Amino acid sequence: MPEAASGSAAAAGAICAPLLALAGVHTHIGPYHILHGVDLAVPRGGLTVLLGRNGAGKTTALRTIMGLWRASAGRIDFDGRPIAALPTSDIARAGIAYVPETMGIFSDLTVRENLVLAARQGAMDADRLRWLFGLFPAIERFWQLPAGTLSGGQKQMLSIARAIIEPRQLILVDEPTKGLAPAIIANMVAAFRELKATDTTILLVEQNFLVARALGDNVAVMEDGRIVHAGAMAELAEDRSLQQRLLGLSLDMHQ
Amino acid sequence: MTAPAPAAAPAKGAAMARSSAPRSRLLSAVLVLIFAGLALAPFVFPGSQSLNVAAKICYFIVLAASFDLLLGYTGIVSFAHTMFFGIGGYGAAISLYALAPDWTSLAIGTLAALVVSVLLALLIGLFSLRVRAIFFAMITLAVASAFAILASQLGWLTGGEDGRTFRVPELLRPGTRLMDGTLFGVQINGRLAAYYLVYASMVLLFVTMLRVVNSPFGSVLQAIRENDFRAEAIGYRTVVYRVVINCIAAAMATLAGVLCAVWLRYTGPGTTLSFDIMLDILLIVVIGGMGTLYGAVIGATLFLLAESYLQSLMGAFSAATAGLPVLPQLFHPDRWLLWLGVLFILSVYFFPSGIVGRLRGR
Repeated sequence: MPEAASGSAAAAGAICAPLLALAGVHTHIGPYHILHGVDLAVPRGGLTVLLGRNGAGKTTALRTIMGLWRASAGRIDFDGRPIAALPTSDIARAGIAYVPETMGIFSDLTVRENLVLAARQGAMDADRLRWLFGLFPAIERFWQLPAGTLSGGQKQMLSIARAIIEPRQLILVDEPTKGLAPAIIANMVAAFRELKATDTTILLVEQNFLVARALGDNVAVMEDGRIVHAGAMAELAEDRSLQQRLLGLSLDMHQ
Repeated sequence: MTAPAPAAAPAKGAAMARSSAPRSRLLSAVLVLIFAGLALAPFVFPGSQSLNVAAKICYFIVLAASFDLLLGYTGIVSFAHTMFFGIGGYGAAISLYALAPDWTSLAIGTLAALVVSVLLALLIGLFSLRVRAIFFAMITLAVASAFAILASQLGWLTGGEDGRTFRVPELLRPGTRLMDGTLFGVQINGRLAAYYLVYASMVLLFVTMLRVVNSPFGSVLQAIRENDFRAEAIGYRTVVYRVVINCIAAAMATLAGVLCAVWLRYTGPGTTLSFDIMLDILLIVVIGGMGTLYGAVIGATLFLLAESYLQSLMGAFSAATAGLPVLPQLFHPDRWLLWLGVLFILSVYFFPSGIVGRLRGR
């Protein structure tokens, strides 16, 4: 498996079979047709950013991958296996971790219990835990407190820590920097950099283009429930007119 | 767990080390008082009425705590809990009545009741725990009503509306003398043995339930209560956990029913299956504090004390104020239900998180 650290390596990674592939995925939520045939390939290793305006369907795409919304049509393959029909818990056990936008922690449980739950082996690996404490010192500090008492940034870190307490093949992260202070965002970016150095593949939904550019190897842009652009991040980062065309509005909002 | 204990855990963190511990000195003191009071009840509060109340508190603690496993820990609203309580009561009653009044029949009745309860809970769970909570509540209501009707119709088996009066194993009969003379002025007879059987079983079952909720399994339940989609998304098949806890809670309620039957030497629709009991359990758990188990202990104690003594207390008050206007009528013993209702409303208003939640300062 290639260590996809740069844009060119990631572009090369697209040639071999992607870890996650969506083909023609449609999702309906009640009477609303949200995804209109999403085609998305997430190559192994490295970080793919999913960009797009509010309401473009990014969160719905992640939730559909997790089986929290059911695809009404199309195919989702993970590691060469179709997963669209599996129950959510089996999708999670296949090796996909999900960090929802709403910081999906359990506020009544302690920080420790939150992590133990996610460590499905029943025990947490001491070395990995030490590595996590290094990434997110707050987790060690508030180890025995109910997770509900943490601050927003700390909850977000716990939510990410929970996704990586055991090695997972793919992590879906939904807007981790939303509403966080710049210093915490920097901390988060550093943590993702370190996570990228491990074998993990990350699919990151991000509105903040600066963060996306700093972390992404590949990028896909969504609009109205479809992928309208996919390629290497380096390409998009250099092409101002392409940015303007694809992200015009959301870029203005963030700069 | 192999995780190293974090060196820098602050003092507050250490105090809250286990989310399961009482976590409040006052709460711990109240719990110790209740358990000690129940242990010494036959000697401290002699008399058959107080012993009856104490025994009822014991088996209601088990019943309410098992309901809390569903309502408080997993967020499942079930109205079938008295059905399982009744299955336990009838299991013991039918077996002791139809076979011989000995320990073997009690064991057979208990086992048979457990099997029936767990199977029923499994069936109800598999069929309806996938659907929305309100449907589950409705289905349990329907099944419980059907069961109550069935119990009163099958007169040859259950004794119908009259219920079954039966004899218990010899050791537990009131006539059995276990010791000559008295101990602290109390006769050591079969009644006392029956009380301590109920008490010891209650302690054992309560500790078992504490262990269930404090296990990793218990954390999953609390995760499901908070957000079942999140629990699914980290890899737990929530329906399996819901069904399993439904079965465990049913088994516990069944055992509480056996204790009730053994203590009363009688099982009938009024003592086990009535919807009033279902409402009592609901009130006990809500007043005591949901999702704590300790709330069941405090709630059951307060509720049953109020139910048993409020009327006579009001009678005394009413008699004392006999010469005054309005007051004697207002506090007439016949109005005790009104005042019980007022007490409930006040307690829910002032302790929205239950008494345990209040004692923990939340």
